[in-house]
Amino acid sequence: MSLIDSLPKARSFRIPRADGLIPWVVPLAIVLVWQAASVAGLVPARVLPAPSDVVLAGWKLLLSGELERNIWVSFWRASTGFLIGGGIGFAFGLANGLSQRSEKLTDTTLQMVRNVPHLALIPLVILWFGIDETAKLFLVALGVFFPIYLNTLHGIRTVDPQLVEMGRIYGMSDGELFRRVIFPGALPSIFVGVRFALGIMWLTLIVAETIAASSGLGYMAMQAREFMLIDVVVLSILIYALLGKLADSASRALERLTLAWHPAFRKH
Amino acid sequence: MQEALRFLAPQAEPVSAPDFVEQARLLRRTPDVPRGLAVTIRGLRKSFGDNEVLRDIDLHIPAGQFVAIVGRSGCGKSTLLRLIAGLETIDAGSISLGEDVRPQDVRVMFQEPRLLPWARVLSNVEVGLGRDRQSRDAQARADKALTEVGLDDKRNDWPTVLSGGQKQRVALARALVSDPRVLAFDEPLGALDALTRISMQRLLERVWFDQGFTAILVTHDVAEAVALADRVLVIEDGQIAHDIDVAIRRPRRRGSADLAALEGSILRELLRAGDDTSER
Repeated sequence: MSLIDSLPKARSFRIPRADGLIPWVVPLAIVLVWQAASVAGLVPARVLPAPSDVVLAGWKLLLSGELERNIWVSFWRASTGFLIGGGIGFAFGLANGLSQRSEKLTDTTLQMVRNVPHLALIPLVILWFGIDETAKLFLVALGVFFPIYLNTLHGIRTVDPQLVEMGRIYGMSDGELFRRVIFPGALPSIFVGVRFALGIMWLTLIVAETIAASSGLGYMAMQAREFMLIDVVVLSILIYALLGKLADSASRALERLTLAWHPAFRKH
Repeated sequence: MQEALRFLAPQAEPVSAPDFVEQARLLRRTPDVPRGLAVTIRGLRKSFGDNEVLRDIDLHIPAGQFVAIVGRSGCGKSTLLRLIAGLETIDAGSISLGEDVRPQDVRVMFQEPRLLPWARVLSNVEVGLGRDRQSRDAQARADKALTEVGLDDKRNDWPTVLSGGQKQRVALARALVSDPRVLAFDEPLGALDALTRISMQRLLERVWFDQGFTAILVTHDVAEAVALADRVLVIEDGQIAHDIDVAIRRPRRRGSADLAALEGSILRELLRAGDDTSER
């Protein structure tokens, strides 16, 4: 939710149920203009096929079962890589946020690794794993690791020390202190990390699939390029946009659910 | 002391001080009143690095007394309170609250409410039960404490929607829910506006009166100190410079001449001491 949305609203005239549609007005308008331009011949089909052609290509791929298979493969890679990398990042974030010793031991190393662009590892990863699933999972997990690690660490560090002192005064055990004070306090920051990580997740996966894969959306787009099927290429790009939006919506829904106490996430 | 008794029971004859304490206990409204603890401090010293914050503090606070500690910023008054509450370690000397003191017998209220923003008002109050949180009557006790501070209708709200004064009242309920025997206030009203302050002062006085705990209030507001306390301690340069009995009957009327006179003389003392320091 943006800052503007969280501000109190002036009373305004509303068409009932139209609120949910407003975000889709701009994408829809773009598609309409695009279709009109294609039909009018302003945009050559070699440069950009008409939306109707893209939908048609999508329908054909759907019928052949190729589209679902590729989407499913990509989705599986993305989510598995995210869970592995995110899980490890979260664990390190917790350990280093809670223990000085653990931070001394590992943080410097992690910061060094962080400054290597993970996509630069692609040649090495191909040599290690070939174009196996492991290669993609490794890259996604590595990409997702850092935003989650950094934001978990930051979240725990910035938990109000006065609240921690309060918890101790009122006799909370370490476990309780973590569950009732530290973790909920770090959660908003962890979610920032999750949303960053989701972006990196798609980016990494698509690049990895484009370069080294024999299935998945990125592979589908590269194959289509070989055969000059520009409608399929555009279709793949649109599917990325939709999947990205879907992942973002899911994380927002989770935020609203768990951060109901936070003024910025409260429903009006 | 004798003046105070007339407030408790206007028809009663004046009695001597020890009797007053007994009678006050009998007259308190709640049945099984938790009795306050006496606080005895001997030869207390505390330094932070090279900076000696408190030195040679000797102090006895009788059970159930309301003591206010005033002084300039950095005079060590908050440190004294944190030491009594066990939030800092002692360098030398001793602080005794008597035998068999349980952790939930001593509670602190800070200038900030320190509520968990992600817990509803009621569960914030339940935090105050300490180890008894899991017990079956936890919720009932928390509800009772909320009613005590007049916020029972807010039990299911998030703390972020409450006003500053309401948040402090929740913090007070959290401190009260374990029936503490010593309650330490570290400028609890410092961040509130003038009117909210006055109603909070009345609330503090009433719960102290009802529950009979020993109250220790650190404040920079001398008017607040003389309005609430039985006794005002003035701390200067890490030592108790003055120990003043406030023998003004309750309920005390804000702005009355005797309160104002006492406040004036304490303020003059504080200002004089401050000028001395600056000349040095």
